[in-house]
Amino acid sequence: MVIELSFIWAGIIAFAVLTYVILDGFDLGVGILFPLARNETEKATMMNSIAPIWDGNETWLVLGGGGLFAVFPLAYAVVMPALYIPIILMLLALIFRGVAFEYRWRTERWKPVWDAGFFGGSLIAAFMQGIALGALVQGIEVTDRAYSGGWWDWLSLFSVLTGFAVVIGYALLGATWINLKTEHRLQAQMQRYAVFLGIGTLGFMGVVSLLTPFQNPDYFQRWFNLPGSAFSVIVPGCVLLMAWLLFSSLKAGKDATPFFASLGLFVLCFIGIGISFYPNIVPPSLTIVEAAAPDSSLKFALVGTVVLVPLILAYTAYAYWVFRGKVDPEEGYH
Amino acid sequence: MFDSLTAETLARMQFAFTVSFHIIFPAFSIGLASYLATLNALWLRTRDETYLTLFTYWKKIFAVAFGMGVVSGIVMSYQFGTNWSVFSDKTGPVLGPLMAYEVLSAFFLEAGFLGIMLFGRERVGDKLHMFATAMVAFGTLMSATWILSVNSWMQTPAGYSINELGQFIPEDWWQIVFNPSFPYRLVHMVLAAFLTTALVVGGVGGLHLLRDKTDKPARRMFSMAMWMLVFVAPIQILAGDAHGLNTLEHQPVKIMAMEGHYDSHPDGAPLILFGIPNPEERRIDYAIEIPNLSSLILKHDLNAPMEGLDTVADEDIPPVAIVFWSFRIMVGLGFAMLGLGAWSLWHRFRGQLYDARLLQRAAIVMGPMGFVAVLAGWVTTEVGRQPFTVYGLLRTSDSLAPIAAPAVAASLIAFIIVYFFIFGAGTFYLLRMMNKRPDTPHLGLRDGPVRAAGIAQMHHGDSDTNLGQ
Ligand code: HDD
Ligand code: HEM
Ligand code: HEM
Repeated sequence: MVIELSFIWAGIIAFAVLTYVILDGFDLGVGILFPLARNETEKATMMNSIAPIWDGNETWLVLGGGGLFAVFPLAYAVVMPALYIPIILMLLALIFRGVAFEYRWRTERWKPVWDAGFFGGSLIAAFMQGIALGALVQGIEVTDRAYSGGWWDWLSLFSVLTGFAVVIGYALLGATWINLKTEHRLQAQMQRYAVFLGIGTLGFMGVVSLLTPFQNPDYFQRWFNLPGSAFSVIVPGCVLLMAWLLFSSLKAGKDATPFFASLGLFVLCFIGIGISFYPNIVPPSLTIVEAAAPDSSLKFALVGTVVLVPLILAYTAYAYWVFRGKVDPEEGYH
Repeated sequence: MFDSLTAETLARMQFAFTVSFHIIFPAFSIGLASYLATLNALWLRTRDETYLTLFTYWKKIFAVAFGMGVVSGIVMSYQFGTNWSVFSDKTGPVLGPLMAYEVLSAFFLEAGFLGIMLFGRERVGDKLHMFATAMVAFGTLMSATWILSVNSWMQTPAGYSINELGQFIPEDWWQIVFNPSFPYRLVHMVLAAFLTTALVVGGVGGLHLLRDKTDKPARRMFSMAMWMLVFVAPIQILAGDAHGLNTLEHQPVKIMAMEGHYDSHPDGAPLILFGIPNPEERRIDYAIEIPNLSSLILKHDLNAPMEGLDTVADEDIPPVAIVFWSFRIMVGLGFAMLGLGAWSLWHRFRGQLYDARLLQRAAIVMGPMGFVAVLAGWVTTEVGRQPFTVYGLLRTSDSLAPIAAPAVAASLIAFIIVYFFIFGAGTFYLLRMMNKRPDTPHLGLRDGPVRAAGIAQMHHGDSDTNLGQ
């Protein structure tokens, strides 16, 4: 039974992390693109397109962390010290970005400061998440249930590369989101940028995918032996399909399709990473089963999750529905 | 001096610093969310504009405070892993699921409905908007419930066993969630949040009454806040007393430190009102004490014997001076709140609530005291539990992550700078908003939907500067 429960939980945590990445991904992306706004109205439009939902999006990050603590405490205990600096920097960046939503309306003189915080916070948070991903792929040294590497081990060419990849990818999500939510000049500009960002994202995906097998020979094995090799054909095929969908819908001036095509790209990347990691939760050596909490914890947490997550998805969807349609820059309560 | 700054000390300083900042915002937003739900319900029922004015006014203040609570809270949930990874590995099986429940049943609820509460009245209509407002309030209370269950389990662990790896393994979830100190701590903390909010609302009401005693929304909020104090302050004192008895049963050493009982008192212990703890000599200097009263309060018997810190091993004694003082600050403020409530009652019955300028001044002075009492209470609770993170079972020094002192020091400094900058600015904005009359339509700069039909866009810049300050 232990095995099944821990795998169910690995799936749930993966789902939470993926949901976080695509939801907060697009609103961090909006922050990264924020300096492109030409005037106050455009800034207000960009901000207001995510103001009612960003907090909910970020809660998935808390669920990812809290969930790991709950069901894979050993993974949590190993990964956090290993990624100490990127995580602390990400948290500090998220603070700047989070308060900007309210603060910028509360002052005139300091508005540029909070706008810069919104941009810088989004950028650094995205970059640090990318670095954390790269460091995880490289692998984390574990001896006797504790992290045993140094506190700069996370920094490498590869992790910096994944850092840039995530920034560009989030910016693509942000651009296609703004395309969906706005009109006029801003929308036209985002359509143009989305093309470049799309090309950039695909380029980074290619380079990172090529380098990943060299981080650890096991990854190589998983991709080129069955059943992983089946995915080696399917996943790139789907990527090409999504890329075509993205560029053709951007050209056709569609509102929603580019956004969903970009989300699709992220989901595919995520599946790819999942194939490389499995059955480890923290490469190169900590497995899902080893890191799992005892059965009683897994069961207790599962009961609530099965009931509450569908509810959460339902009212989150409802909140998105309430704020559907193009953003009116003058709406808001500030 | 500096060699005492080990990674452990630094990590403790960092935890104490970040959690102390964090608790300030929940203490306010738990109370304020309930107050907003009440105001909105009263507006829907009576259609008295004053309630709507107050709702809109406090809603904007809530949004700022809530945002600060969220960002400081996210830091907390990751700090367990970055700084206290051994603690996380060992307690994760027990505490992790409780915190996961907090995320699932509280944080998502708050975050999901917050957008609708703040921005959505026109879009969803009165009824659903009321529902969203109530869900936000309910979410903050749920969050308090789970996190206090977590904290209480660390104080009074129950329902667990320990496996060969030294991990705590859950055996009985009911006992874990409803551990012995949890009900007391929950009641005490939620009441503390209500009192804190009432004091802030009362202080702001008092301020605007001093400027203009005919100010209708100010009168309404001042009166509501004073009623709150009248009812909640005495209950809080009773709850605190019950909490103390519970602590005596489960953490007697903490009580010895709070009471300053270095020595055992075989025939009745005195209540030390004031004095200066002297840890070297192990006594309270200049003590002003009432004989046998401590035995009466804690054991309901004048002559009941009470053990002192002389019965406890040196390495198990918490820092007495901090606990001794913080406890007295909290209790002193509790009685001051009671006094303010009683004083308002006296003026109310003489029909002078809105003319009593001295009372209104006192309300302003008391405005921030809820925060002080909350912090003092938590310092008592947390420092009094040292040197353990899980009381009696896991030492703080055995909980630490394998991280280097320079890394913790650097992040501590970064936190201090960022927190003072960010939360300093936030507090400044909050105070500036509170300084505006409740019926001013524009609290911040660009306030209220500025839907000046079509021309909004061009006037945007101007309206900003006009409304400034
Ligand atoms: C008695 C109440 C209480 C206490 C003791 C704590 N919190 Fe808290 N917390 C809240 C009451 C609260 C709240 C009222 O529910 C907040 C404030 C603003 C908000 O969004 O929810 C919150 C926010 C909040 C958030 C952001 C949630 C979001 O994204 O919406 C996190 C991650 C935490 N907290 C985590 C913690 C941790 C790890 C704590 C202990 C060390 C802690 N809190 C103590
Ligand atoms: C929110 C109000 C809280 C405040 C103001 C507070 C304050 C403090 C302080 C001052 C310390 C340091 C004690 C010392 O080193 O002597 C401490 C320690 C600690 N607290 Fe709390 N605490 C709060 C809530 C919590 C909660 C809710 C939890 C658990 C979820 C918690 C977990 C811990 C842990 C793990 C430590 C051990 C680390 C240490 O000893 O420094 N605290 N807290
Ligand atoms: C005069 C009456 C009061 C008494 C007798 C009292 C008693 C206590 C005791 C004994 C504790 C320590 C619990 C432990 O052992 O861990 C405590 C903690 C605390 N107190 Fe009070 N208290 C009083 C008033 C207040 C007031 C007015 C506030 C805030 C408005 C407050 C806020 C807190 C908080 C936040 C804690 C920490 C959380 C907890 O352990 O409940 N207290 N109080």
